[in-house]
Amino acid sequence: MTLTDVMPATDDRVAATPKITVRDLKFFYGSTMSLKGISLALAPNRVTAFIGPSGCGKSTLLRVLNRMYDLYPNQRAEGEVLLDGENILKPDVDLNLLRSRVGMVFQKPTPFPMSIYENIAFGIRLYEKVSKSELDGRVEQALKGAALWPEVKDKLQTSGLGLSGGQQQRLCIARTIALSPEVILLDEPCSALDPISTARIEELIDELKSRFTFAIVTHNMQQAARVSDKTAFMYLGELIEFDDTRKIFTSPSVKQTQAYITGRFG
Amino acid sequence: MIVSVFPPARRRSNSIFLALCMGAALFGLVFLVLILISLLYNGIAGLSPAVFMEMTPPPGSAGGLLNAIYGSVVMTVIGVVIGTPIGMLAGTYMAEYGRYSKLSSVVRFLNDILLSAPSIIIGLFVYEILVAPMGHFSALAGAVALAIIVIPIVTRTTEDMLMLVPGPLREAATAMGLPRAHVITKVAYKAARAGLITGVLLAVARVSGETAPLLFTALNNQFFSSDLTGPMSSLPTVIFQFALSPYKDWQSLAWTGALLITATVLLLSIMARALGATRTPK
Repeated sequence: MTLTDVMPATDDRVAATPKITVRDLKFFYGSTMSLKGISLALAPNRVTAFIGPSGCGKSTLLRVLNRMYDLYPNQRAEGEVLLDGENILKPDVDLNLLRSRVGMVFQKPTPFPMSIYENIAFGIRLYEKVSKSELDGRVEQALKGAALWPEVKDKLQTSGLGLSGGQQQRLCIARTIALSPEVILLDEPCSALDPISTARIEELIDELKSRFTFAIVTHNMQQAARVSDKTAFMYLGELIEFDDTRKIFTSPSVKQTQAYITGRFG
Repeated sequence: MIVSVFPPARRRSNSIFLALCMGAALFGLVFLVLILISLLYNGIAGLSPAVFMEMTPPPGSAGGLLNAIYGSVVMTVIGVVIGTPIGMLAGTYMAEYGRYSKLSSVVRFLNDILLSAPSIIIGLFVYEILVAPMGHFSALAGAVALAIIVIPIVTRTTEDMLMLVPGPLREAATAMGLPRAHVITKVAYKAARAGLITGVLLAVARVSGETAPLLFTALNNQFFSSDLTGPMSSLPTVIFQFALSPYKDWQSLAWTGALLITATVLLLSIMARALGATRTPK
């Protein structure tokens, strides 16, 4: 079975096999269904944005992709989420391995209470046996990747909590890319940041997308328009429209989408 | 000019309530200050190098509190060393692994009972399970009794402090693929470190003044003893014995001992406070 049988191709330019395929995904908080059968595919090395009013299920969807919901009782998902063709919702999936392949950056910057260096090194050490010099190199590489290196290279041993909000968020991105994941989930990564920091993060996403597949949840419509290749508009747990970002923001085919992006509801 | 919008009667009742609150606060403070003053007044007189270098004396001769201080330190340290890991693990279970489980609520309830259990009951309990079977009083039994007091305190503070660790931090660590144990030991413990240490310090402060559980377990000892299987002296029991005696020099030593304990507890509390203040770096 090929994936195109299941998912009608919505973008002819992306002929590659999807990195993640979501098929008829239903999600429950207790007995409340908050995702009502979502199907879509994330193309590799592309940025897919999820927009929609609060409570529409976009963050929930993101938290299914790395099974973050597993931390909490009474939350469950039904359907299929295929990462490189393998269903990650199966009970026997190695969650730690999954999460090392699918990284996540959160709304509020969450540096760990340790030095800038340790924030990054500690994740690497967990997965690999590396020498001190190699570790130094990997930390530097990750910080450079997150465009944070020039600002912190002289204070690697100081606490990560001492950085500004935007720097902390880039530290979190550095920490995530240091583990070389395949997919990076961004859950409103800029909503706690000022416009300049936001612009830096957006540039960063653009630079990094040659290496990773991105899924970003955002409340900022301009941000979705700026950074993403594809945009999914969700409302009340349903996927209303999923198409090329350019199309969604210029000539959406569903009326609801147009109403939302022009600020008339939601 | 700004005129109050409140009618005079309301302002009056406000002043009365304020006065009552301040009165009550002062009332409590006065006694605390009186206790400290009398402790200093009576205790400092007996404070000399001999207190730290000589054994508790027979009535009428000179001596110090060395064996009692030693015993207190030894039993407190052993008690805390036994009690802290158990309390930490229990607290960790309740705040992390078993946060949503029924067992946690049951353990929390029982722990709260243990937290407020009269310490004399704990002394009697250890007497029954250790002293009676062994046939004699021992420092070890004393340390176990203290450990049983330490456990609920550390359990409670560990749980509370871990509960204060922000959920997103835990999620962020989990999102990196860290196994649960790593999330807890490498991230949550680090974030809660000051609070966890505070809990242990408070437990030390609490048990270093305990008398009742030691009376039933370690008893007391006139002489210096480092034998954990035999009776051992401790500051609270010496204070208890000496303060009740009719001898002036014993009473003076009891005052000095009381001053030492109070100073230690005060110091530990201040340290705990200072650590607590640095708990959240932001």
